[in-house]
Amino acid sequence: MSETVISVRNLTKRFGDFTAVNNISFDVYQGEIFGFLGANGAGKTTAMRMLCGLSYPTSGSGTVAGFNVMREGEMIKRHIGYMSQRFSLYNTLTVGENIKLFAGIYGLSKQVTAKRSDELLARLKFSSERNTLVKALPLGWKQKLAFAIAGIHRPEIIFLDEPTGGVDPVTRRQFWEMIYEAAEGGTTIFVTTHYMDEAEYCSRVSIMVDGEVRALDTPTRLKQQFNAGSMDEVFRMLARDAQRGE
Amino acid sequence: MKSFACWPAMHKEESKVMKNNLFALVKKESLHILRDKRTMLIVILIPVVLIVLFGFAISTEVNNVNVAVVAPDRTNGVNDAVNRIAHNDYFTFCGYINQDQIDQQLRSGKVSAVIVFAPDFDRRLEQIYAGLPSTPIIQLIVDASDVNSAGAATAYMQEILLGTASQQAMFETRMLFNPQMKSAYNFVPGIMGLIFILVCAMMTSVSIVREKEVGTMEVLLVSPMRPTKVFFAKMIPYFVISCVVLIIILLLSYYLLHVPMSGGVWGIFSMSLLYVLLSLSLGLLVSIVVKTQVAALLLSGMVMMLPMLLLSGMLFPIENFPKFFEVLSNVVPARWYIEGIRKMMIQGSPFVAVWKEFAILLGMTVIFFGVSLIKFNDKLE
Amino acid sequence: MRPFIVLLNKEFIKLRRDSFLPKLIVILPIALMLIAPLLVRMDVRNVNVAVVDLDHSTTSHRIVSHIKASEYLSLIGATAEFDLAMKGLEEGTIDIIVQIPDHFERDMAVSTPEKISIIANAVNATKGSMGTQYVVQTIAHALVEFGNEKSPNQLSEVVTVQNRYNPTLNYPHYMIPALMIIIFILVCGFLPALSIVEEKEVGTIEQINVSPVNRFDFTLSKLIPYWVIGFFALIVAMVIAHFVYGLIPAGSVWVIFLGTTLFILTISGFSLTMANFSNTMQQIMFVMFFFIMIFILMSGLLTPIDSMPDWAQTFTLLLPPRYFTDILRSVYLRGTTIAELWQNFVALGSFAIIFNILAAVTYKKQA
Repeated sequence: MSETVISVRNLTKRFGDFTAVNNISFDVYQGEIFGFLGANGAGKTTAMRMLCGLSYPTSGSGTVAGFNVMREGEMIKRHIGYMSQRFSLYNTLTVGENIKLFAGIYGLSKQVTAKRSDELLARLKFSSERNTLVKALPLGWKQKLAFAIAGIHRPEIIFLDEPTGGVDPVTRRQFWEMIYEAAEGGTTIFVTTHYMDEAEYCSRVSIMVDGEVRALDTPTRLKQQFNAGSMDEVFRMLARDAQRGE
Repeated sequence: MKSFACWPAMHKEESKVMKNNLFALVKKESLHILRDKRTMLIVILIPVVLIVLFGFAISTEVNNVNVAVVAPDRTNGVNDAVNRIAHNDYFTFCGYINQDQIDQQLRSGKVSAVIVFAPDFDRRLEQIYAGLPSTPIIQLIVDASDVNSAGAATAYMQEILLGTASQQAMFETRMLFNPQMKSAYNFVPGIMGLIFILVCAMMTSVSIVREKEVGTMEVLLVSPMRPTKVFFAKMIPYFVISCVVLIIILLLSYYLLHVPMSGGVWGIFSMSLLYVLLSLSLGLLVSIVVKTQVAALLLSGMVMMLPMLLLSGMLFPIENFPKFFEVLSNVVPARWYIEGIRKMMIQGSPFVAVWKEFAILLGMTVIFFGVSLIKFNDKLE
Repeated sequence: MRPFIVLLNKEFIKLRRDSFLPKLIVILPIALMLIAPLLVRMDVRNVNVAVVDLDHSTTSHRIVSHIKASEYLSLIGATAEFDLAMKGLEEGTIDIIVQIPDHFERDMAVSTPEKISIIANAVNATKGSMGTQYVVQTIAHALVEFGNEKSPNQLSEVVTVQNRYNPTLNYPHYMIPALMIIIFILVCGFLPALSIVEEKEVGTIEQINVSPVNRFDFTLSKLIPYWVIGFFALIVAMVIAHFVYGLIPAGSVWVIFLGTTLFILTISGFSLTMANFSNTMQQIMFVMFFFIMIFILMSGLLTPIDSMPDWAQTFTLLLPPRYFTDILRSVYLRGTTIAELWQNFVALGSFAIIFNILAAVTYKKQA
């Protein structure tokens, strides 16, 4: 049995009298690709932000990479990577400059940075674009670059928030190949998405509706449980009574 | 295949849908703006605070000038003169000092002026009255770094020391339009001009450009709504906000500052509304030309606000400018607005008296809207 | 140390590549220093005077020629038509009407003459009152010269006035330190806030927050470029002041540098603190405008603090620019020493420490 890298108990987040995340509990094991599914507004991003140390839980507890989400946020950050919906690279910096920046932020020395930078660019086949400004890159490349940079300091867990938004299916496929590679290397991937077909790529999937976790299992077993042909159907059945989302 | 007879009905339905769309868009914009309570608060606060500051706090009058006295012989005449200074509201008597302290006292800023009485003052004064020639018996050493204060302080001191009250008896002075000599009056039109540029040019342009940046602008533009309607929808809420602010300023001016507004409120309203339209057109122009919010902010700030603050005459009188800048100020829309409002609000001139200012503002508005339209059509291609 | 270095590097690269800011940072101080001293004048000159001369005597002609010769007054016309003059007053072409009554000269010799009427357009109260003052003084001088007034005015010959520190009463010299401070406020007070809020709106700040970056490192990396820019502005301003306006510091340049350092530290710390509470460009723009407006109006830059009512004067103790205005003007114009300004320095230094600590402490990586 793999070790537990993320453990969440009764995690809740309230904004005033609006409960965005309501009493969720689950575990994530090392090396998994854990899919966090749900419609827009279901609470996925809010939950993830708590796990990343970006937001304090209102109640409940959780540990990420062995550190407490309420009190040890800064320690968590040393052991995780993150990629947001907006890819969050600096548009007016070049590819190479962005890599150097984030490598440096995670404390990598100049030599290590140079080595990993070359490796990364070779792997992505970007070496010729080292001096291109990020804003000149097509969307798919930005996405891949952001993911690669998220892992530059070899974190145990990488959090991905809707990483494939607005990208064509071919690029999405290539992106998921990158995710597989990372998982095979031992990195745990925690990914939120509202694309139900991507759920098929995950080891286990949880589905959030109205701030609660309504289902949590492997895609195969969920389809069996709900007698559905695809994850899409599973979701639609669960989301029938949803108050929030599309 | 619809017959011709249906066309009017179809058209009417279509335009009803269009109107609803515009209304919906305006509503969405307004909600968005109102949600940002902090900004709304400040939009109201800025003119209120400015009116309070200009009305009650800021003044170019000279007051509380610290004066020290050097008087080797403290004769009756000296004491008399010093008393007059000490009891005068313009001055604060800081005490007697020695000759060798003058430098330090002035340089450190402890006092702004030193009055030096010659020794044997009373006797020398008598000599002067007797018509005998005499050397100066009073020396005023003034810190002239603040030119205005120095000049006024010198004049007042001379008046008090020499008792030239008799001079005043020869004149009958009347201060027109502002009998209570409130310097606030002069600044209120400037405050109005400022806040309208802030809301209608800066705020509007930043708001429009934000949609461009975030990408939703393209979504709107490819929708069935005509682009002009999109811009209208953006401008209408700011127009309304400006009207609200205008009313607040006028109420405060009348009830708090007692600005006479004897020329009638409608004239002031009309000119202000025209100026609001002008500012909106400027905001529109900026938003078409720039790509990022920061650029919109800085462009409207530097190219609109700064010239307005310096050249429009709201703070610094145009008559004092070198010729080149005096001419340049004609290009600044605020200059005409402020002039027109000053005449109506404070002098009580009727609306017809400001037809020239109104016409110029109208012309500028038309030009700016025209240029915006041209530039916009260019960009669409 | 490494995170801090790469962050600082990033800031400089971003600044360099920005399409607008580098130009602004160079052009604004230069343009303001070259142009503003000519415009920012609150003294009263060129008062337009119309004389309605009903006396037509030598005395009245003397008065008219004195008014014409005055450096503060501008004689528009000597007419007999009062209504014409009044119309000019209402239109704004005439500021003051002086009406010399009929038989003025004749009555002066005998007893008390009918009063000279001065009508001023007081829409601009300062212009009205000072203009009137100048007119009164000018006419009084004219009469003295003509020998019609007695002792009080003879006394005015035995009072001498020594104008220290600015003997030529050069108004731009008075305003230049104030303009420098305004430039610092705009460049070091406004721009740093924009920098942080922009990252918030674009989303890159999230990537920073989710990393182990120390908030002190981050805050410092945001501040330092603007400290550098502030100093650049100082040098530019001092050079232009020297070579274009002939204004050389009367006091120590090191004291100016120290004061500027403390002020830039203070104002940029304040800027970042405000930015930490704002999430949108619109918000920070308005919040900063509000505070900058108060700073500029209430710190003694344009109008003297001594002229304010007591409550306002007390309030200004809270405004950091007030202390620096005092320092910069004193050192530039009077040569005041640092010892004589110690209270201002202590106050400014305290503000610098407070605001920079606040800037770092109010930055929340986790909300």
